[in-house]
Amino acid sequence: MVLPGVPPALKNYQLDGAFDEMFTPHGEARAHYAPLLETFMQLPAEELQRRKLAAEVSFLNQGITFTVYGEEEGTERIFPYDLLPRIVTNAEWELIERGLTQRITALNLFLRDIYNEGKILADAVVPREIVFSCRHFRRQMRGLQVPRNVYIAVVGTDLIRMPSGEFVVLEDNLRVPSGVSYMLTNRRVMKRIFPQLFQQYGVRPIEHYSQALLGTLRSLAPEGRPEPTIVLLTPGVYNSAYFEHTYLARQMGIELVEGRDLVTHDNVVYMRTTTGLRRVDVIYRRVDDDFIDPLAFRTDSVLGVAGLFNAYRAGNVTLANAFGTGVADDKALYAYVPQIIKYYLGEEAVLKNVETFLLTDPVQRQHVLENMDKLVVKAVGESGGYGMLIGPHSSKAQQDEFAEMIKADPRNYIAQPTIALSRAPCLVGDGIEPRHVDLRPYILFGDKVTIVPGGLTRVALRRGSLVVNSSQGGGSKDTWVLNQ
Amino acid sequence: MLARVATSLYWMSRYLERAEHTVRLLEVNLNLMLDEGEDTNGRRWTRVLNALGNPKGLEWEGDAYGLARALMFDEHHAASIMCCISSARENARQVREQISSDQWQRLNRLYHEVTQQERDLAQDVQLSDFLLAAMEGVHLFQGVTDSTMGHGEGWHFIQLGRYLERASATVRLLNVYPVEFWQHADRAPESTDYLEWIGLLRSCTAFEAYCRVYTADVSPDRILEFLLLDAKFPHAIRYSVDALQTALEAIHREGGGSRRGETLKRIGGRLQAQLSFADVQEIAMHDVVEYLRAISSQLQLVNVEIFHQYFDYPIVAALATSS
Repeated sequence: MVLPGVPPALKNYQLDGAFDEMFTPHGEARAHYAPLLETFMQLPAEELQRRKLAAEVSFLNQGITFTVYGEEEGTERIFPYDLLPRIVTNAEWELIERGLTQRITALNLFLRDIYNEGKILADAVVPREIVFSCRHFRRQMRGLQVPRNVYIAVVGTDLIRMPSGEFVVLEDNLRVPSGVSYMLTNRRVMKRIFPQLFQQYGVRPIEHYSQALLGTLRSLAPEGRPEPTIVLLTPGVYNSAYFEHTYLARQMGIELVEGRDLVTHDNVVYMRTTTGLRRVDVIYRRVDDDFIDPLAFRTDSVLGVAGLFNAYRAGNVTLANAFGTGVADDKALYAYVPQIIKYYLGEEAVLKNVETFLLTDPVQRQHVLENMDKLVVKAVGESGGYGMLIGPHSSKAQQDEFAEMIKADPRNYIAQPTIALSRAPCLVGDGIEPRHVDLRPYILFGDKVTIVPGGLTRVALRRGSLVVNSSQGGGSKDTWVLNQ
Repeated sequence: MLARVATSLYWMSRYLERAEHTVRLLEVNLNLMLDEGEDTNGRRWTRVLNALGNPKGLEWEGDAYGLARALMFDEHHAASIMCCISSARENARQVREQISSDQWQRLNRLYHEVTQQERDLAQDVQLSDFLLAAMEGVHLFQGVTDSTMGHGEGWHFIQLGRYLERASATVRLLNVYPVEFWQHADRAPESTDYLEWIGLLRSCTAFEAYCRVYTADVSPDRILEFLLLDAKFPHAIRYSVDALQTALEAIHREGGGSRRGETLKRIGGRLQAQLSFADVQEIAMHDVVEYLRAISSQLQLVNVEIFHQYFDYPIVAALATSS
């Protein structure tokens, strides 16, 4: 449906089954989007382009780029960015905050439980097979005490909005979630480009994220280390998130280290400085479990630190996140999260799950195999939009290929209905068009739970596309959580 | 500062200095070659290769331009200007967050200018254009480094790499001449002698500076005195060693002046004293080549000791002193 009597900038603005963030199904602007729409309608097209350019220059100057090698003068490209903010009302945010806090608390209790007593398994709320067959389950973690019993200190949870407008959880990222630097820099740029609009809206600040992260890491330091040395461990310059690692290290004022900068001796971790060895107490690691210690995990890893796991076991160093947290964001386990919340907290889940078919179950598998063209199939241990089949957008050959893979290894896949993610207005050419979005808020869990109000709104910039991942042509926009 | 970061800054700086030195050697010798007969080519280019430390896989095969091109563009030879610049950039990339963005952009642009050059350039004009552009790029980088980077520990490691490389290269260059070269000839110098002497000075950008001190009256013993012992000329070995020692002391101070730096300070200080109080007549009376060789091995010792002290120290030793 095209809106009747619309200004030319909105002539391509389509409304259909998906929830639209800006308009009601009847084509009226929602109250919290009205001032934004009005401002944008008043701006001449050239002025919009000018501000868009100003935003891009600002990104370039801050070095928020990824470099394309082998091209002319080391071409630096900015991360795709949309100028129109995504707006979340205070009431919506309160619900999200409550739901995320509940979910993270329960998942953390779950991790503690399965690596210790295993009560939830004994009570058969979650089947043992799912936990023990998970590629990210680390038996090395059995019986290990982690500081404050916190396994997942830094979490990014992907939320989507159903056609009804309800927020639901699509995915938990409990290993090394990324993207928070884009959330922070998007905001800095927006404040510079639209200062008046920003002020008029009364947007809740997010700038304290870095301090909160540092505080969270500090609160997890081993006992008896009141002035802990905290470092950020990066896989190095070839990692696509390297910009974020340098950004966060600089914002927190901590050292950015690579595996080769660290050594362990007598179960203590040190970093090599020009003035000798300096003891390290907390490692915010952005290296996956597999690669972090060639003695404990993958022996061919050159990114890690030999002996790190033993130092961790001895309690001389804290890692955030802990090892083996990937078992709780396995997509097959995801189906059990509502039961997990109920089991540990005695509450109903505030944020619902997306309906999920487990392919180890013969009945559900049969259903999925018969409806490959309507469903989304995902590999359980993958992230970043890899290993995924979107039924309605796929060819018969691709569907057959996935069907074969499912039959060969049903534990490795799950299926979900194809959901039309909600759509938010984006600047496309001279006009405004809706694009599918999701929302990834960042949760910090140390001595307390901190969720900065906002998150990374990822946008599928191609018309009609449902894939928001940056590795698959997605972009991002600033997310405004309102005071009122 | 992380040892890895210091190592990268040090090597970035050394590679650029090396590139600059190679540029100058090629420029001067391509030029000198025009004035002299082809029969001297073999001696000249063998000497150039010696001055560059006889890079592996490169030999004089009778084609001066071929050799020059290999020393400029050949990515298979670590000694080529292109390789030096790309190694410098690779090191800078590892510590991008530690250097200023101006530094990075400058070095990145230099890298792309160098790698995009046509490999099979026609013989003369474009070759020297290339050399000029490379030299200019290195100079700009040094300027940007001095004016946009904090002069803290990292900057001192850059100075350290630069002056150690420069001192080593100059010593090696002087050392390719036989003992007789340095002795004041009994016969009146011929015009080709002058060309050689001026060429040597120009290889160290020293000709104009030399003239200011000694006038255009060029003689080998004075050249030796100037390039070896001058305290004010930035390409003289003594000046470089002074700068090296200043950097070492600054780094030692920044690190809280621990006992670990003592050996290095001693070795550097000894070398500095030796050059400060040397007399060129005395050196010339004995064996110049031997003297230069001794300086060279002391510089090598400094390099080894820098690695032991700051970059790649044994863990057990560091544990004993750090706690």
